[in-house]
Amino acid sequence: MDIVALQILNSLFYAAVLFLIAAGLSLIFGVMGIVNMAHGMFYALGAYVTAWSVGVAGSALPPAALFIFLPLGAIAVALVGLVIEPTLIRPFYRRPEEYQLLVTFGLLLVLEDVIRLIWGGTPITASGLVDSLGLVRIGGLPYPVYNMLMIGVGVIAAAGIWAFVYRTKFGVLLRATAQDRRMAAALGIDIGRIYILAFGLGCFMAGLAGAIVVPTQAAVLGMGVEVLVISFVVVVIGGLGSLEGALVGALIVSALRTITIQFWEEIELAALYLIAAVVLLIRPTGLFGRKA
Amino acid sequence: MNRRRAALVAAVVAVLLAFPAFAGTYQTQLLTYGLTLAIAALGFNLLLGYTGLLSFGHSAFLGTGAYTVALMMRYLGVSSLELFILGGVICSAALAALLGVVCVRHTRIFFAILTLALSQVLWTLAYKFFWITGGTDGLRVPFSQLTLLGGLVSFPGADAFAKFITYYYYYVLVVFCVCTALMWLIVHSPFGKTLQAIRDNETRARFLGVRIWRYRWLAFVVSGIFTGLAGILWVPLNGLVTPDVLYWPQSGKIVFFAVLGGFRTFAGPIVGAVIFNYLEVYAVALTQYWQLALGVILIVLVTFLPAGIVGTAARLGAKLK
Repeated sequence: MDIVALQILNSLFYAAVLFLIAAGLSLIFGVMGIVNMAHGMFYALGAYVTAWSVGVAGSALPPAALFIFLPLGAIAVALVGLVIEPTLIRPFYRRPEEYQLLVTFGLLLVLEDVIRLIWGGTPITASGLVDSLGLVRIGGLPYPVYNMLMIGVGVIAAAGIWAFVYRTKFGVLLRATAQDRRMAAALGIDIGRIYILAFGLGCFMAGLAGAIVVPTQAAVLGMGVEVLVISFVVVVIGGLGSLEGALVGALIVSALRTITIQFWEEIELAALYLIAAVVLLIRPTGLFGRKA
Repeated sequence: MNRRRAALVAAVVAVLLAFPAFAGTYQTQLLTYGLTLAIAALGFNLLLGYTGLLSFGHSAFLGTGAYTVALMMRYLGVSSLELFILGGVICSAALAALLGVVCVRHTRIFFAILTLALSQVLWTLAYKFFWITGGTDGLRVPFSQLTLLGGLVSFPGADAFAKFITYYYYYVLVVFCVCTALMWLIVHSPFGKTLQAIRDNETRARFLGVRIWRYRWLAFVVSGIFTGLAGILWVPLNGLVTPDVLYWPQSGKIVFFAVLGGFRTFAGPIVGAVIFNYLEVYAVALTQYWQLALGVILIVLVTFLPAGIVGTAARLGAKLK
């Protein structure tokens, strides 16, 4: 039984990470109509910035103080997003989707090499954060406190985003813009400001996901490319542009992943992609999607 | 085809025919790579340029062609390139027919994501079932075990590599010319014109009684076969197939070919594939940050030159007249 409890916790940890990435992807699509192929790179960037700053400051600061670098990594990524949206993405809102996909694919190639340029090809770890919190016993089995803490962070982030989108004035403007851009503009909403903030928020979430993940595994090249397709699966299952969908999709995908890894490891990813294809066939808009 | 265009095509074919005589083995090898990729780009562009469907999963067909050859060589002991072509085309056609049923029910962004997701199923299978596919080590397809023209030509001996490249170049050139002619006929046939009508206005095409689904499916299959053929021809040249050929950034490269050359023109993707191949080879040789260079080129292209090289050249040519 203990192993089941452990696997559920693992699955929830993974779901928290996936939700943060997929919700950002979905937010950017919902508001701007852009499928951001470079989104995985923001996740990787968050992981690298956090791991690097933990490594640099590791000897000078007590381990507990290092947790400040998790949000700092996310904020750094958000700042990058705030620069990229107006310079690179903005000219493409009125262009056909092919070009939007291509410009973000170009951005993906660039960011991958920028990471290589700054941090080189060797993986960077920040496992000190996990070690500093120690282990807790679930039944008879040890489990890192860090992972449990981060599941909590995931829950808080989900609640925070929900409150932000559905309970604040900015959230109303955001949803209005997503629903009808021209009408929102006619009513005097500053669309440019909404877009840049939505993009920044999406990048912040991806960066936070990377920051959360990096103490449990290393920051490696290719992590951004790998995660992108899985977060596509999440938003396809949940529905592109829907936050609830991102949450449910993340829970489904991580549960499936945990189960397949346990029983038949080889088909893990294939099963995920096939399920995304089946959902697209039966319900093209996903479980929670609106009609495009 | 007007006279000037015919003269241009004749000149290009003449240069291609004479190429190995004045270029070395290495340059001939590079151009052979470029020509195989051009066949993939031709197939891809039947979907993007003529049907209006952006596939982000064409690595699936490239990889299916390549893996069919490698598996046939390893498990069936086949060595004839003609048999590889036969087997590979059958496999990629079957795959395209199957994936097409699923994919063409959607358009636009959903089509792109669906093709991406399904191509990645193949990637994980090649990656995970390592006892069959060799996993990340891949499968070797050495040219020394290859025979051309039904066993008439093989490559034993000391200078086998130079001989292989020369023969293989002409082989690929012939296949490339046949494919180009075939695709030209397809896009100028009533079938091709119908695809363009669907691309430009789906609703009107539907009112004219066109069975849109069926046309898109057929275009998908033809596109898959061309790209699969490119994978078949590519693998003996490369000598090795790894799951990387199925990974989705490979699909991104195929899209890159079409955009670089200009997907609104017939010749664009061909030119794009050949130029991309040179760009990649020289960027890799020059700097370890070649992805950065390619990414910047792609961003600049889609921002300032959306018509691509051939499209822009054609526009300039029309202005000069």
